Amino acid sequence: MTWETVIGLETHVQLSTKTKLFSRASTTFGKSPNTNVNLIDCGLPGVLPSVNKEAFYKAIRFGMAVGAQINQTSIFDRKNYFYADLPKGYQITQMDLPIVLGGTIDIEAGDGIKTVNITRAHLEEDAGKSIHDEFDGYSAIDLNRAGTPLLEIVSEPEISNAKEAVAYMKAMHQLVTYLDVSDGNMSEGSLRCDANVSIRKKGDLELGTRTEIKNINSFKFIEKAINYEIKRQIKVLENGDTVTQETRLYDSSKDETRPMRSKEFANDYRYFPEPDLLPVVISDAEMQEIKDNFPELPKGKEARYKEDFGLSSYDAQIIAASKSMADFFEASAENTKNFSLLANWLIGEISAFLNKDIIEIHESKLSPENIAMLINRIDDQTISGKIGKSIFEEMYKSGSSPDEIIKSQGLEQISDDGAIEEIINTVIQENPSQVEAYLGGKDKLFGFFVGQVMKLTQGKANPQSVNTILKEKLK
Amino acid sequence: MLDCKSISSSELIHETFRLAKQYQDLNCFVTMNEDRGIKKAHSIDQADSSHSQLSGIPMAQKDLFCTEGLRTTCSSKILSNFIPPYTATAVQKLEEAGSIIVGKTNMDEFAMGSSNETSYFGNVHNPWRKGYVPGGSSGGSAAAVAAGIVSAATGTDTGGSIRQPAAHCGITGLKPTYGRVSRWGMIAFASSLDQAGPLARTAEDCAILLNAMSGHDLKDTTSLDVETPDFLASINQPVKGLKIGIIKEFDLGDLDSEVQARFEESKNLYEKLGAEFIEISLPNISASVPTYYSIAPAECSSNLSRFDGVRFGHRADNTEDLNDLYIKSRSEGFGEEVKRRILIGTYALSAGYYDAYYKKAQQVRRLIKNDFEEAFNSVDLMMTPTSPNTAFAFGSKGAQNPIELYLEDLFTISSNLAGLPAISIPHGMVHSLPSGLQLIGNFLQEDKILNAAHIFQQNSEFHLAKPSMEDF
Repeated sequence: MTWETVIGLETHVQLSTKTKLFSRASTTFGKSPNTNVNLIDCGLPGVLPSVNKEAFYKAIRFGMAVGAQINQTSIFDRKNYFYADLPKGYQITQMDLPIVLGGTIDIEAGDGIKTVNITRAHLEEDAGKSIHDEFDGYSAIDLNRAGTPLLEIVSEPEISNAKEAVAYMKAMHQLVTYLDVSDGNMSEGSLRCDANVSIRKKGDLELGTRTEIKNINSFKFIEKAINYEIKRQIKVLENGDTVTQETRLYDSSKDETRPMRSKEFANDYRYFPEPDLLPVVISDAEMQEIKDNFPELPKGKEARYKEDFGLSSYDAQIIAASKSMADFFEASAENTKNFSLLANWLIGEISAFLNKDIIEIHESKLSPENIAMLINRIDDQTISGKIGKSIFEEMYKSGSSPDEIIKSQGLEQISDDGAIEEIINTVIQENPSQVEAYLGGKDKLFGFFVGQVMKLTQGKANPQSVNTILKEKLK
Repeated sequence: MLDCKSISSSELIHETFRLAKQYQDLNCFVTMNEDRGIKKAHSIDQADSSHSQLSGIPMAQKDLFCTEGLRTTCSSKILSNFIPPYTATAVQKLEEAGSIIVGKTNMDEFAMGSSNETSYFGNVHNPWRKGYVPGGSSGGSAAAVAAGIVSAATGTDTGGSIRQPAAHCGITGLKPTYGRVSRWGMIAFASSLDQAGPLARTAEDCAILLNAMSGHDLKDTTSLDVETPDFLASINQPVKGLKIGIIKEFDLGDLDSEVQARFEESKNLYEKLGAEFIEISLPNISASVPTYYSIAPAECSSNLSRFDGVRFGHRADNTEDLNDLYIKSRSEGFGEEVKRRILIGTYALSAGYYDAYYKKAQQVRRLIKNDFEEAFNSVDLMMTPTSPNTAFAFGSKGAQNPIELYLEDLFTISSNLAGLPAISIPHGMVHSLPSGLQLIGNFLQEDKILNAAHIFQQNSEFHLAKPSMEDF
């Protein structure tokens, strides 16, 4: 039997507003528990929500970027359920009239581009956090996150496998960071998704029964969780059983999904229009302002990098793919002239280090000023490219500037031809048999002499000068 | 008197607390604010600056307005230990105008009731007759004014909770247009219907109080962004030519003949003053009570979810898990009527019932609103009795059948559904108990009903009648 997988994703994007969706409390991540909390977030009796329009602007910016219909009048609903980290006993969300309707997003699938349709995206407030393992016998509640604005983006069930799901999330990450609607930080929960997975016989038109895997927050786990779930469902179906529609959790430590306790999803949410909020209307003037201040997207940057910095298509595309990298490139380019060397470094050596640690460049200790300085020192031959790599390693570790490192470790390149000539003379004197062999036609020995010079200078000799002088001497 | 300094604020506040103690059997206060109240009176006496009309005036605040540092219970066990860290906008404005909080008044639990009998802190007596209800839910506020302990109090009105107790206690009570007074810090019963307003002896005093309470509040998006007129300046206009609507669908023939008689006499008085009566039709108004009892409980079931024992308020002991904590805390903390309404509301919002109840009710509400809009094309205001009855004995209504009590609000509920202002003024006695006359105004036209009420009071003495208080 050939099976076919159908996946729809619900992406939760924390919007990067300074304050919460319905209160003036800060949204800064990582503050001590219950400090970014005011009367509203706490759900005290008699308090009322007030609206942070910045969140609406960001949601609209997203909608415009995916070519969606924007509902300029926003109506909110209450989703009622009891949980300790939900202070009011209901979540304010949008049920009937989402702010963003429709739209598409392009993802990389196999060897081409696939367009995935977006059903809707709506604004809602995030809940707080329950902490179950810190106090013996008690659960603790941290309401810092309560009320943070979320954009929940629902895709059509058009994703065909785990790899596409990851590509979809990567495209989403690129878009929301580029639009500056979210910091996209997955480990802090700024971008996370629920995956609806179902299996059907290839060619069937009707969808199979789906399960929903909740709250997956890394590209790696998305792939693993979905692949596990696909295998599990196929096994269930091949055994002649039926898939139960349920909510499941992915446990990364065991690499498996398992059902959540039944009472956590057997809720009747009793949606009804939020009577504490009048409809929020975004004016045509506000819409125009959002359009006028639309951020540059990857395609635009690519073209500009080729045009303004003379980058190759390949370099421009790779650098523009990540907002973090593109910002870093642009900031560094202000302090150096050798743009292609800068691009080479960013794509090569620097990316290799970042990928190993799975971080983005803005999360590292590197600064655009220091990287520009490193490029300049290589460009003006103060150091060789090879020394540059060891300096970079130090910069990556400590965050020091290249000049500090060059100075403290005495790594300036020797470009004084007289000094280099002296060293070459020594090498020739000490290796008469090799000189003889070389002059006798063993051209390959040239590298040996270069190596000897570099050894004596600890790699600091200017390689070009060494080449020129050596060739002269060994004629 | 305060103005001409024949009495100081301190003397007045001491006298107020003395009266409150003398009449403590009335049970109109849940919490007193003696130390802070006396301190404020003292500082007002010290200050040289000119006084506003409310400067130094002792006021009773319904115990549903949050007051910073002063216990706020909503007359519920679940909030019996709750001391808010903030003050409701309406109260804050009254305080800034110089009034002094005497204490927090008893009420039906979470404002759910028409007799003040659902309070966790016990019944409030009607100052006119011991053992009789003062009406509700703002029963404590109405009784405190009627007994002469304070000259002004706040109330909230979701379906008649200011007007009906004002009527039963023989005083004046105003429910403003929805959105006229901020709901920030007012503990919600039904968000789309709740509105704060004043209770006082006269319409003139209500105008002064409304001046202070009104105004747009950025903290309440449903508060109206409109200018507050000077309500005091607009009273005392002649009512000659005023068109008053009589609602055809309210068949007064079924009422107590004494209530009918008072109503006719009030009509006659207005006619004598030159007003004109026109019969109008509000075709959907008979659906008011069922519409209200779908919407209000639905909103309350959600509004009261936050009382879960987790962050504040009553928390049950010896609970097994989170669910058990919810069930026990809420079962112990809420009274019967509150539980009944949470159940009704939860049902009305449930999957499969939402369309038939809540959604249908909202559609009917829209029709009722339209009826009023249409009718106000031909009249300036409308007139009804405030309540079909006068005050009744404790326990005599609703014990077997809660609907019996729900019908107390027959005449008052529709103005909440339509968001319109309405006032209740005394218009004489029915079997030795006060009866109230209701004037309903068009959207934002408190000035018209305040004026009509004031002119009525200029030409009658019903509002001057005071209970003897000899049983207390």
